[in-house]
Amino acid sequence: MSVLFVLIGISMLVASGFLIAFLWAVKKGQYDDSYSPSVRILFDDQEEENKETKENKITAKKNHKS
Amino acid sequence: MQEETKNNICVHCGDDCGSHPVMWNDEPFCCNGCSTVYQILHENDLCSYYNFDTNPGIRIDTQQFKGKFTFLDDPEIAEPLYEFSEGQIRKVTFYIPAIHCSSCIWLLEHLNILNKGVLKSIVNFIKKEVAITFNADQISIRELAELLSSIHYIPEITLDKLQEKQNQNTNKNLLYKIGIAGFCFGNIMLLSLPEYVPGHEFLENHFKEFFGIMNFLLILPVFFYSGNDYLISAFKAIKHRFVNIDVPISLGILTLFIQSGYEIFSSSGPGYMDSLAGLIFFLLIGKWYQNRTYQALSFERDYRSYFPVAVSKMENGKEISTPLDKLQKGDIILIRNQELIPVDSILTKGEAQVDYSFVTGESTPVSKLPGDPIFAGGKQLGSAIELTIEKEVVQGRLTQLWNQFDYKNQKDSKLNSIIDQISKYFTISIVAISLFAGIYWLIYDSSKAIFSFTSVLIVACPCALALSAPFAFGNTMRLMGRLGFYLKNAFVSEKLNSITTIVFDKTGTITQSDKVKIQFIGDALSMEERIAVKSLTRHSTHILSASLYDHFHQIIPAKVEGFEEIASLGISGIVNGRQIKLGSAKYIFGNDNASQSLSTEVYLAVDDKLKGYFSLSNQYREGLNKLIGSLQSRYDLHVLTGDNESEKENLLQLFPNSNNIRFRQSPQDKLNYILQLQNQNKRVLMIGDGLNDAGALKCSNVGISIADDVYHFSPACDAILESSSFAKLQRFLSISRKSVLIVKISFLLSFLYNLVGLYFAVQGVLSPIVAALLMPISSISIVVFTSFSTNVLFRQIEENKKENITEPELKGRDIYPSVKKSVQLN
Repeated sequence: MSVLFVLIGISMLVASGFLIAFLWAVKKGQYDDSYSPSVRILFDDQEEENKETKENKITAKKNHKS
Repeated sequence: MQEETKNNICVHCGDDCGSHPVMWNDEPFCCNGCSTVYQILHENDLCSYYNFDTNPGIRIDTQQFKGKFTFLDDPEIAEPLYEFSEGQIRKVTFYIPAIHCSSCIWLLEHLNILNKGVLKSIVNFIKKEVAITFNADQISIRELAELLSSIHYIPEITLDKLQEKQNQNTNKNLLYKIGIAGFCFGNIMLLSLPEYVPGHEFLENHFKEFFGIMNFLLILPVFFYSGNDYLISAFKAIKHRFVNIDVPISLGILTLFIQSGYEIFSSSGPGYMDSLAGLIFFLLIGKWYQNRTYQALSFERDYRSYFPVAVSKMENGKEISTPLDKLQKGDIILIRNQELIPVDSILTKGEAQVDYSFVTGESTPVSKLPGDPIFAGGKQLGSAIELTIEKEVVQGRLTQLWNQFDYKNQKDSKLNSIIDQISKYFTISIVAISLFAGIYWLIYDSSKAIFSFTSVLIVACPCALALSAPFAFGNTMRLMGRLGFYLKNAFVSEKLNSITTIVFDKTGTITQSDKVKIQFIGDALSMEERIAVKSLTRHSTHILSASLYDHFHQIIPAKVEGFEEIASLGISGIVNGRQIKLGSAKYIFGNDNASQSLSTEVYLAVDDKLKGYFSLSNQYREGLNKLIGSLQSRYDLHVLTGDNESEKENLLQLFPNSNNIRFRQSPQDKLNYILQLQNQNKRVLMIGDGLNDAGALKCSNVGISIADDVYHFSPACDAILESSSFAKLQRFLSISRKSVLIVKISFLLSFLYNLVGLYFAVQGVLSPIVAALLMPISSISIVVFTSFSTNVLFRQIEENKKENITEPELKGRDIYPSVKKSVQLN
């Protein structure tokens, strides 16, 4: 039964880990804006697509010149 | 890349382009401004802006931001704006009310494509702010502001913003407290679990001791950190000799802590640490819910947020951008078209057309000649003027009027809330019951005396009571926000309930400030004449011309020759070979003996022959009639207006009691009127829009400011009402009445729980498990009940609304295709 002491010790450690994670997230302002991150996540694809089209354009221009 | 646009909808902003769209790259635009922004974005390959949301752009009518930000060159002004500044790397946060969709976020976060000097930009959507880190070598803060303006995201920089800063820390602290309380609550529940299950008496003693000590250690941060607000607030309350809800709560917290600590260290029992942690955890959650406010909206503006940060001062013929507080008597300042006049001054050069609509609500500009005094708060229309300052900003008439109202005491509103009223009696009865139980057991079985005394205090702790109001009112506030009615905080929905009298401002509140009713009086106009009027007004920027131009929206203007505008008199020109003159009576007749008519009149003469005149009067808001009808039975209705009696007849049809309609009211008169009503023990709701109502809004019990765009300037108030939701006012009032009813019912419920708990407590048999169960069950059921019933309340109302949807409402939606998303809570 004394293993309980160990288990409780471990569980407290794990839980404090989560507590610290939460406090850190609050401190870093992750709860300040709950909307834009949900939109921001969609941007990356778009950007790459943009770069591609840009590159395409550039190559197209080059081709045109030659 | 772009969507097909039908009906010539502006690719940029989605407005109707009319019959003459501005074409660029085969795309139609409503105006040059929109097309310019499109070109900028197109050149920089930023056109995916248009992919996230349809027609996300912002239309701006004036192109007047040149020179608007010159004041940012002054390091003294710019310095406090920086949040961070090291070497050439600076960080600044701009408030941009125009942020409204995902495209905005995308564009603003890709600013570095437009200018390499921008290192990083991050949007906070809820606050409508963008935090920009930039390299001052490559772009100055002024250029940055101008860059944002060039793509129509005009940052709003006011003195107010400079001075406030940092208020969010309280919110973060609350989250820390909740996190810690939650952590301890969970662990304490875990460690207390053995006590809940049958057979716990067989648990070995060293385990019991260990769990007890662990619980005690875990409760310390909850007691000293998370719950300290309650103890401090209760202490303060008692010091000031009044009782608020925090007093019984603190009584419970203290008893729980002392009793449990004693039990643990004397090994006489497991203690109630689980109840204590749960109590504080739930209370904090209630507090967090109640503290959620509309961060993007500002309810506490003063005159500083209304005035520009700096103006151009003329010194030896040169313009110098000078901060407002540096202006002195005798200085000469330059005010351009559409700029605000920040100080009381005398016109020295140029002809002024001053639009005082912010101050008086009356939109017809007043013309002034050199030598005339001009009061602060007006907006110059037309050419630039020079003014000599008469009084410093802080001594101006408007500023003084504003500061005069700064007395409103917060204490008053706090004591009035239902909970605090009840808590007084609650505390007294709880202390009485506990004393009674204690004394009773002292006589019959003294071993139980202290235990029963503390049990009563523990079980009666008004957790459910304290939670009911935050959740009911918080939820009401959230749901009202969805319908276009934004409350400053949750308490306002409670205050709305007690209103007995409603005072309306006229101009801009019950009438629409941007719409005028135009009637032509005289011979019926032929098509040709209508075209002529439309064509002529197209060339003038005067507000009356603009109204007339909009009035003939179906007509295609023709070419005008020999256009001439005589300031503050009228316009003339030749359309289709006919000489058209449009203007005041003085302009047409040549003398000033025109009838002293009370409405605004614009005379029309064709080939020097008088045709008649346009009469421009106020357009009342849609649904006003119905609203007044439904409010009449319950409330006293009053109308205050700064205008003359021209609208008296119309108003009398709407408001039957002529005693309650006052004309020619100055801002001070309005304030006095409200105070007078309050002296008659009436609780007053004031609805207004302009600065002229600021005083009245502040001193009324609930001040509602009405706005077409809720992010725009509005005077300090308790709530902001979207003008499109004006007709729903009666519904909002009835919702607030019902939500107060819900709170009362939940009070009853929590009293029932308390009775059950007291039943055990007075007998001295309260076991920790009963306490630990009763507390969360009562709290959670109250929260569920209040949230559920307020939601049902709103669902009913929205269903009613769907049935009642009328033609004009639908039409209204077509006119504004890009309905802005409602403001989000934080």
